Amino acid sequence: MDIHKLQEIVHKTRDARRKQVLPKYTPAERDTLITKYHPDFRENAYRPIKFGPNEGEKTVRELASLLEGDSSVPMDLGLTPAHTCDVLVVGGGGAGCAAALHAHAQGAKVILATKLRLGDSNTVMAQGGMQIAVTKEDSPVTHFLDTLKGGHMKNDHDLLKVMVEEGPSIAKWLLELGVLFDRDADGNLHVKKGGGSSRPRLVTASDYTGLEIMRVLKDEVLNQKIQLLEFSAAVELLSDKGGCTGAVLRDLDNKRFLIVAAKTVILATGGIGRLHIQGFPTSNHYGATGDGLAMSYRMGAKLMHIDTFQYHPSGAVYPEQLIGALVTEGIRSEGGHLVNARGERFVNELDTRDVVSSSIIRECEEGRGIRTMSGRIGIWLDTPLLEAEQGEGTLLKHFPAMVRQYERFGINIAKDPVLIYPTLHYQNGGVKIDTHGESDVKNLFVAGEASGGLHGRNRLMGNSLLDLMVYGKRSGLTAAARAKSMPQGKLTLDHVKKFKDEAKKHRVSSDVVSPMLFPAYAKKE
Amino acid sequence: MADVNKENVIDQEEVLHPKMVMVEIAGKNYQVPEGITVVKALWYAGQEVTRGLGCLAGFCGACATYYRTKDDPKVRTCLACQTTVQDGMSFTMVPPFPARKATYDIRQLKDPKQDLFALYPEAPLCRNCNACTEACPQTIDVREGVWRAVFGDFQAVSEMFMDCVMCGLCTPVCIADIAPNLVALYASRAHGAHFVEKPIQLDHRIKEITDGKYQGDWEQVMKMNEQELVKACAELK
Repeated sequence: MDIHKLQEIVHKTRDARRKQVLPKYTPAERDTLITKYHPDFRENAYRPIKFGPNEGEKTVRELASLLEGDSSVPMDLGLTPAHTCDVLVVGGGGAGCAAALHAHAQGAKVILATKLRLGDSNTVMAQGGMQIAVTKEDSPVTHFLDTLKGGHMKNDHDLLKVMVEEGPSIAKWLLELGVLFDRDADGNLHVKKGGGSSRPRLVTASDYTGLEIMRVLKDEVLNQKIQLLEFSAAVELLSDKGGCTGAVLRDLDNKRFLIVAAKTVILATGGIGRLHIQGFPTSNHYGATGDGLAMSYRMGAKLMHIDTFQYHPSGAVYPEQLIGALVTEGIRSEGGHLVNARGERFVNELDTRDVVSSSIIRECEEGRGIRTMSGRIGIWLDTPLLEAEQGEGTLLKHFPAMVRQYERFGINIAKDPVLIYPTLHYQNGGVKIDTHGESDVKNLFVAGEASGGLHGRNRLMGNSLLDLMVYGKRSGLTAAARAKSMPQGKLTLDHVKKFKDEAKKHRVSSDVVSPMLFPAYAKKE
Repeated sequence: MADVNKENVIDQEEVLHPKMVMVEIAGKNYQVPEGITVVKALWYAGQEVTRGLGCLAGFCGACATYYRTKDDPKVRTCLACQTTVQDGMSFTMVPPFPARKATYDIRQLKDPKQDLFALYPEAPLCRNCNACTEACPQTIDVREGVWRAVFGDFQAVSEMFMDCVMCGLCTPVCIADIAPNLVALYASRAHGAHFVEKPIQLDHRIKEITDGKYQGDWEQVMKMNEQELVKACAELK
């Protein structure tokens, strides 16, 4: 059928839906819904990890085989360092830049290595905003409880307390660097309401929050003349008696290995979307392949909550060119409805991401979805409703990025609703860290999406940007201070040898080499 | 699984009448499926792309590309991840342009509007050719932005360039060697750091936290058992 014919039901039912108030699910209803429909509960997608720090624990098959994977580094590689520094930051997104800037400000010699360009990351795409308890009606404690509720009570309390308390000072730091957050008429930070939050708490820069932060941080890293190694992918860590002492990078241009001696290493390598877990499309950037997880696991760092992933409710399903791309949650925050093929709403749109995603999957599996001929399925997000509610031009004013995103493919979101389905968005867990960002491995720090524990089993919208900044900062400061008081350790691959022996003992002969670095999209005959 | 409901299936031209189109990538011809993006066409042609890919969602500016459509002499610009191929299209990715970025300590600027001329002395030399505006894949009025920066209207610059993905396509076309995106980034940052009102409530909140205003609440919350926490969470309205 013609897409406009299918959309008619959304237009026809709009006025009736506007009067509707949908209650949120009770905790018991949430649990039932999630257990039945959330991809985290698809048994056959999971298997136990065969050996290593998380032996016996279950994770998705795609990740398990990477964790058990073999090193790409030959064991007889010469380990003479090409570079020496106090703090090596691996990753050039939000967490990496925050870590590098704070370590540098402490006088540490910092190198920032990244496999793509500085700034290429998931951070740059964040549209919804950054949760910070700044208003009079709000408090860090309320932020803490909201996050805990969203995370199914599994969040690490200490990590979470630190994050919500340091939020306001992070906002101040970013403002001083020239980040332009939206303001109220009185000059205070404007806040929006996010899914799963009891107070409006999202600090935003229109729907370009991540881009605005990333532009500024990138510029600041360049202004501070922090040494950069772009297109240099970390492929292994180096160790001395179990502690981390540097990394082996691979120069992606000449394919040579590059040894970096570092007193401390901060992994800010981000998420795993490009593993396309359970065949899901993803909103993640090209390099989101979980490199940090594989490298730190080999070194003995314990991982946490790696059986849970976030499937963002609104990934684009149509047109084909946008598949997997994120449709901002801001549309729902501002009152946009989710509508099935019968023209009905079926969930309170501001419930947590896992609940909303599960309910969309339910609608589609029970035959109330809308199909595309290429085999996708989804439900409508009623974008024209915002124009009806708040006046013509609302979308262009508040969601310029999204208007542009669809306009490029001939779709006017002010007139036509868009088709969405959950997309693989975020790794809820990651490397276990303490409140300074340090992992179980001495002098190995992890910040941002690569770390785990803080978000429990479901991250709240807007908490990732804050996590990146707070734990980027804390790991940067701690690593810099640590580096001052210690000598550079020896550079060995002993932990890799040990890991290989373990693999042999468990009869794992892996033909998977990790880290993966990039997904294999190029067509080869 | 879902019932196969024929009523609710969107027609897709590319599925109904699948067709291959001919494109020219950096001078070499390839057949690729109609309706895919320029990036996917590169992959389809078997090209591994490392330099030139980032977010794949139109935000990072890594995939700046020059393209020309069939029989049209006009060479245009696009972001490869956000553009659909057409039959007869000719394209090539744009390598990074070696534009000069001035370095500065944004917090220490004494007179940011005047400092622009020391940091980017070429900024006022714009000759109004408008090539930068035409080159912008984000349809920003870049030329106007450069002039606004020169005349000190940093606020306007910051608003106009909120959409800027720093792809740098405005830089190689400038006959006055201005890097408009970098000038705009400076003006936007300077505006934020020096000319925007300080949010009083934010400072107030920071002080409350350092003064220990929430200490009591924290002590209470941190010693709750799981059941009590569940209850406290449920009571949040």
